[in-house]
Amino acid sequence: MSSGVATFATIFFSMILVNNYVLVQFLGICPFLGVSKKLDSSVGMGLAVIAVMFIATAVTFPLQMFLLDKEGLAYMQTIIFILVIAVLVQLIEITLKRYIPALYKSLGVYLPLITTNCCVLGVTILAVQNYSADMAAYGFGFAYAEALICSVGAGVGFLVAMLLFCGVRQRVENADPPESFKGLPITLVSAAITSLSFMGFGGLVENIISALM
Amino acid sequence: MSPILLAILVLGILGLAGGAILVLASKFMAVYEDPRIAEVAECLAGANCGGCGYAGCSDYAEAIVKNGAPTSKCAPGGSKATEAINRIMGQSGSGGPELKAYVACNGSDENCGKRFEYQGLKTCAAAAGIAGGPSACSFGCLGLGDCTRACMFDAIHVTRGVAKVDRDKCTGCTACTTVCPRGVIKIKPAASQPAVKCSSKEKGAAVNKACKVGCIGCGLCAKNCPNGAITVENNLASIDYEKCNGCGACAEKCPKKAILWIEGKPQPVDVPGTGA
Repeated sequence: MSSGVATFATIFFSMILVNNYVLVQFLGICPFLGVSKKLDSSVGMGLAVIAVMFIATAVTFPLQMFLLDKEGLAYMQTIIFILVIAVLVQLIEITLKRYIPALYKSLGVYLPLITTNCCVLGVTILAVQNYSADMAAYGFGFAYAEALICSVGAGVGFLVAMLLFCGVRQRVENADPPESFKGLPITLVSAAITSLSFMGFGGLVENIISALM
Repeated sequence: MSPILLAILVLGILGLAGGAILVLASKFMAVYEDPRIAEVAECLAGANCGGCGYAGCSDYAEAIVKNGAPTSKCAPGGSKATEAINRIMGQSGSGGPELKAYVACNGSDENCGKRFEYQGLKTCAAAAGIAGGPSACSFGCLGLGDCTRACMFDAIHVTRGVAKVDRDKCTGCTACTTVCPRGVIKIKPAASQPAVKCSSKEKGAAVNKACKVGCIGCGLCAKNCPNGAITVENNLASIDYEKCNGCGACAEKCPKKAILWIEGKPQPVDVPGTGA
């Protein structure tokens, strides 16, 4: 079982550090640049992304395994996943508004924003790509758990990237770059350097976890 | 079954099911929203400045309708907004006097010296944190423009080292007063009344050393005010705008020219108690 735990831990932490969706795989750049200006909005966006990623993967992974793959419809993956995610996000929004108005207030603005976020679509599709093979080897439960942990890890990675970049941005706001770099250019340059720092994590997580186990 | 038909069926059924779920969900979990909230939000200025103390215009509108928050807090909307909201809410009363910001410091580069040359981050918040700030007066405007950046209406600018409010553009939203680390930006009625253009609580001698136009707390203004609207506390004069009628005696008497007219000249006014 320890190999199972090690696998899960590796997936979780490598989704945060090594395969960080924003800084390493370059998905979800739009909210990353758009919402990272203020700390509270980047936290709100990050939490909303975690929730939506988890729920989207929880629904799309079985859908792919039991419907699309069985019926030979794998080529419809993208359109069906977008449809499902859009419905889910709307459903979450309605449910939150009804039952948890406080949470709806803090996440509410960001939920519709991530309906068709490439980050969310990315995690569902990549989870299918990476873990569908495990279903034959270890059974559906194991593959499903892997996919779910991957989705939560990806969400946490997104939150971490947002928080880090929010801090970087506040420094950049106070800096005095040359006129031609002001605004978006210097933001993109600093995003590139932030992402460069994450490249340093390559191979780190797997080695640490295998050494620990 | 042909693959095309299957694909159409699967997507169609999924879409229909999703649509049905959403329709059902919005039916069963519908939240009744008071239509007055939208109407009240219409009346507000829509600047989302946060001057009312709520997260934005819609938040404030909700607070008015649901929690009975006071209707007079929309400074940019002014008394017009308040009256419109009161009509919707079935309340009476008007908005009270229109408020605008002014800078209680006249320590421009000519008037107020520097203790050291500041080279750090170009924000007032950062400068105020270093050894009491670079300006000779540790109460005055730092002139690095935190207020300019906070202002949503382009109404406050730094000229010659001291911030100045464009009273035509100012809406009194208090964004600048909260962001100023020195608290030198204050709010007063838009009516023509003089203002104390100094915030220094230092003793007179120290003020004299730092600034040519600082309030030394001599109290001449308080003695000469016919309405008793001026008090001197902590070596600093302050005007009670409830009592001030804008006669301008204080501005004339102030030996340091620290009480000034912010807009225009004194208006001829009826001074209460003189029988005029």
